[in-house]
Amino acid sequence: MTAVIELKGVAKRYENAGAPALGPLDLSVAQGEALAVTGPSGSGKSTLLNLVAGLDKPTEGTVTVAGQQVDRLGEHALARFRRERIGMVFQFFNLLDDLTVLDNIQLPAQLTGSSRRKTQARAQELMEVLGIQKHARAYPGRLSGGERQRVAVARALVNRPSLLLADEPTGALDSASGQDVRDLLVDLHRGGQTIVLVTHDPALAEACASRTVHLVDGHVALDSRAEAVR
Amino acid sequence: MTGPLLRVVRSGVGRRRVQTVVIAIATMMAVAAAVVAGSLMVVSNAPFDHAFAAQQGAHLTAEFDPAKVTAEQLGATGQLDDVTASAGPYPATVIEATDSSGHRPPAMTLVGRTGPHAEVDDLDLTAGRWARKPGEVVLTSSYQGPAFKLGDTLTASGTTLTVVGFATSASKTADLWATPAQVRDLASQEHPVTSQMLYRFDSAGSKGDIAADRKKLLAAVPSGALLGTQSYLDTKRAADHGAAPTIPFLVAFGVLGIVMSVIIVGSVISGAVGTSLRRIGILKAIGFTPREVVRAYVAQALIPATVGIALGVVLGNLLAVPLLDDTEQAYGTATLSVAWWVDVVVPAGALLVVGIAAFVPALRAGRLRTVEAIAVGRAPRTGRGQWAHRAAGRLPLPRAVTYGLASPFAHPVRTLAMLLAVAFGTIAATFAVGLTSSLNEVSSIQDPESRSAVTVFTGGPSVAGGEHVPAPGTPEPEPADPAQVSAAIKAQSGTASSYGMGQQDATVAGVSGTVRATLYQGDSRRGGYAMISGHWLTGAGQVVVPGQFLETTGTEIGDTVRVTVGKESAGLRIVGVAFESSGGELEIQANLADFPAARPQEFLVNIKAGVSAVSYAEKLGARIEPLGAEARANSPSQQDGLVLILNAMAALLTLMLVSVAGLGVLNSVVLDTRERVHDLGVCKALGMSPRQTVSLVLASVAGIGVLGGLVGVPAGYALHGFVLPVMGHAAGTGLPRSVLDVYDTPQLLLLGLAGLAIALLGALLPAGWAAKSRTATALRTE
Ligand SMILES: Nc1ncnc2c1ncn2[C@@H]1O[C@H](COP(=O)(O)OP(=O)(O)OP(=O)(O)O)[C@@H](O)[C@H]1O
Ligand SMILES: [Mg+2]
Repeated sequence: MTAVIELKGVAKRYENAGAPALGPLDLSVAQGEALAVTGPSGSGKSTLLNLVAGLDKPTEGTVTVAGQQVDRLGEHALARFRRERIGMVFQFFNLLDDLTVLDNIQLPAQLTGSSRRKTQARAQELMEVLGIQKHARAYPGRLSGGERQRVAVARALVNRPSLLLADEPTGALDSASGQDVRDLLVDLHRGGQTIVLVTHDPALAEACASRTVHLVDGHVALDSRAEAVR
Repeated sequence: MTGPLLRVVRSGVGRRRVQTVVIAIATMMAVAAAVVAGSLMVVSNAPFDHAFAAQQGAHLTAEFDPAKVTAEQLGATGQLDDVTASAGPYPATVIEATDSSGHRPPAMTLVGRTGPHAEVDDLDLTAGRWARKPGEVVLTSSYQGPAFKLGDTLTASGTTLTVVGFATSASKTADLWATPAQVRDLASQEHPVTSQMLYRFDSAGSKGDIAADRKKLLAAVPSGALLGTQSYLDTKRAADHGAAPTIPFLVAFGVLGIVMSVIIVGSVISGAVGTSLRRIGILKAIGFTPREVVRAYVAQALIPATVGIALGVVLGNLLAVPLLDDTEQAYGTATLSVAWWVDVVVPAGALLVVGIAAFVPALRAGRLRTVEAIAVGRAPRTGRGQWAHRAAGRLPLPRAVTYGLASPFAHPVRTLAMLLAVAFGTIAATFAVGLTSSLNEVSSIQDPESRSAVTVFTGGPSVAGGEHVPAPGTPEPEPADPAQVSAAIKAQSGTASSYGMGQQDATVAGVSGTVRATLYQGDSRRGGYAMISGHWLTGAGQVVVPGQFLETTGTEIGDTVRVTVGKESAGLRIVGVAFESSGGELEIQANLADFPAARPQEFLVNIKAGVSAVSYAEKLGARIEPLGAEARANSPSQQDGLVLILNAMAALLTLMLVSVAGLGVLNSVVLDTRERVHDLGVCKALGMSPRQTVSLVLASVAGIGVLGGLVGVPAGYALHGFVLPVMGHAAGTGLPRSVLDVYDTPQLLLLGLAGLAIALLGALLPAGWAAKSRTATALRTE
């Protein structure tokens, strides 16, 4: 089993803060694993996700994702890394309001310069799978929260990333829509997608994660895989 | 202002640093440009009258024969009826000087004075000091420049004269001054000493007044004592003629600067308020009254604007001083400074504009309902600009570029402000480039005689070339035979071509009084004037006239007019209208062949390349002096001082307007980028590279730049086409095509790109910021 994510001695300290917001910690996530990161507010979950996505750099340690040492990449290489390897889903969707659903989904593929035909075909396929093809020409502002999050997931998957990162994907949704997104993630995991999921919701963690890491004050307080091994 | 309000203002000014700096710099540039343009407008308004009044200029300059009238008698003329002040008698003479490089300026009037100050014609010493001992001279400031500097020397009748100072005389009473003893020393048989008296009169408004005063003067001195007089009205006419064409130019630039400032300052400030709606909502939610909000936002704009205005006044004055110095020299006026009221009116006006520009959107902010204001940042935007994204998305361009291209449509008002900024910058650039070319063209086509390297004088009736009137009483030397002189020129090695020229008084049927006729012999094309219409003389029986001539006589090109020179008359066909921007009187050009009795007084010689004009003139001179003629190397024609000033001013103002335009774009793009920092963060999280981000931001202004260029270039072109004829009209002349058609296509295309350049330069900085900003931080802001 190859590791998709490999964190070694990683710590993140924000300026003018005493204790590190995260770590130092070691963490490895295997291919095909679905990891749920839980923990109280301010425990460093989003910080961890940002480090993995290359949106932020660790103060100490190394972050290796899909064979690339992310903390050593330059801005340009990071951008390429993100669009080729990582798909991101956020709590508040972060869709671009002035682009249609279809354009939102296609955007990461277009940034890589992939052909119009291929991009369109991939977007169509995803919209069908996620049941949002009837909204292809609509603008995100008109959609319900659940629908918006589906669009966000489709956008995250358009480049077939090695890793799907989701930060509170159900945090802004009512329970029915939340259920929707949960089922979607379960399906993706079954299909072999590696997922790192940050959530407060124990039900979500329970349903779609093969492993759970609980953070407290930036440290791993509990790791279900370590438990299992022990 | 209450404590919390003050804190809000302070944090607003501090947090929006770019905007604060842009408001300050934009107002600074705009105010500086307005001060420069304004003060030049003020001084170019009747510069002669101002200088004349300041110097207590002489209404009448009179030359007396000291052999026929004593100094006491002359002093008594100061007590005459109507004379309010007088100065003199000063010894005066005419010298023919040679400068250190062998060039010979035209004969110069030398006056002996012990100092620059007097009750009449109170001179301004612009450089150096007054002549204290023999061997020292003070030159009139119009000579100051590359040809003459302090310490340079002149030689006249074997005496070496060192230039120790430069002075201006609005009444143009002399070309140079020395001590009275020196003047008497330099006088010769040919140019004896005369006594110069300067008078001011109670009534001197019209030609008639001056003539009446002259009559009284004539009656007060022994007969034959008054040799000649010069009225200030003639000097004034010549001076005003030179200044007139600059005024519309200055007005055009002043207006451009002011309109530009209003647009930039207005858009910067309304933009600042527009993006703060959410903050305003929160302020109101926690209990600020609408009035407090309005005050807070007006203050946020006024603080940096006031700083900018203050700096702008200082900068404007600093920039205006050297320009005014040059203007002073060109107009030959007294010392000029920025009019105090310009320094008051411009900042007051600027403050008012800033106040209004800030008040309107601030009022909107104050009126905004709190809930709406808070909702502004939250609710997903809908509608505006989405169609543009759909359209741009279809373009076969990289996605980051098409995304950027469509984004201006989300903010039509801000886009319009940016467009105006770019368009005005382009107009300024186009207009200034055209104007500069036109003025250079005017100066190069003026005075065609100066294009010849060497002038040969045959003697004979003097060629009056401006305000230099030969000293009265000078005996005329026996003229040389033109045919012999012409043959000698042809025989001289180094001659490329030459033509003869003579000036005569002529009468034209239908025109009252006399007209000055310049008669040409030989191939005069090189000395031809630029034509407004028709063509230059190509053969006998033709005449070229100024536009005014056609108006006065009601004739047209192709008509025949009867011209009489001396006793000879000829019917000449009008073949062209010439451009003449100097001299107010009617002047015509014709062929000497039509008036066999007339003789050329000078020959203008072009020499072969590589031949030195000075040594050519020396050699030719040796050959023709026995004939009674003389040869002079012409000083290389210097660019008109005024043209140089106008060029400098055009460059300066253009630079300022263009940078203000760039600042306007910078500000708008900063606002836009800040507003889209979240969207950009999302794009970067999805894998948009820094380069793609930069191209996105640049693409978002590229359309504006192109459109600004497309609007600005034709508008600048049209402005040029409108202003120049107005300038010509003010100067009393039409303009030849070569002055009007100064643009060529590649130049226009380049200027069109100026719009794009302004936009891209303005956007470069924020584009860099957008690319560098931390994605994680951007995503946190919602
Ligand atoms: N850009 C930043 N600058 C300074 N401190 C930060 C920054 N981002 C996060 N922090 C701090 O780091 C710690 C961890 O934050 P993080 O966002 O990772 O928490 P979280 O577990 O995601 O919390 P939540 O569940 O509320 O989203 C917090 O104390 C936070 O205040
Ligand atoms: Mg978080």
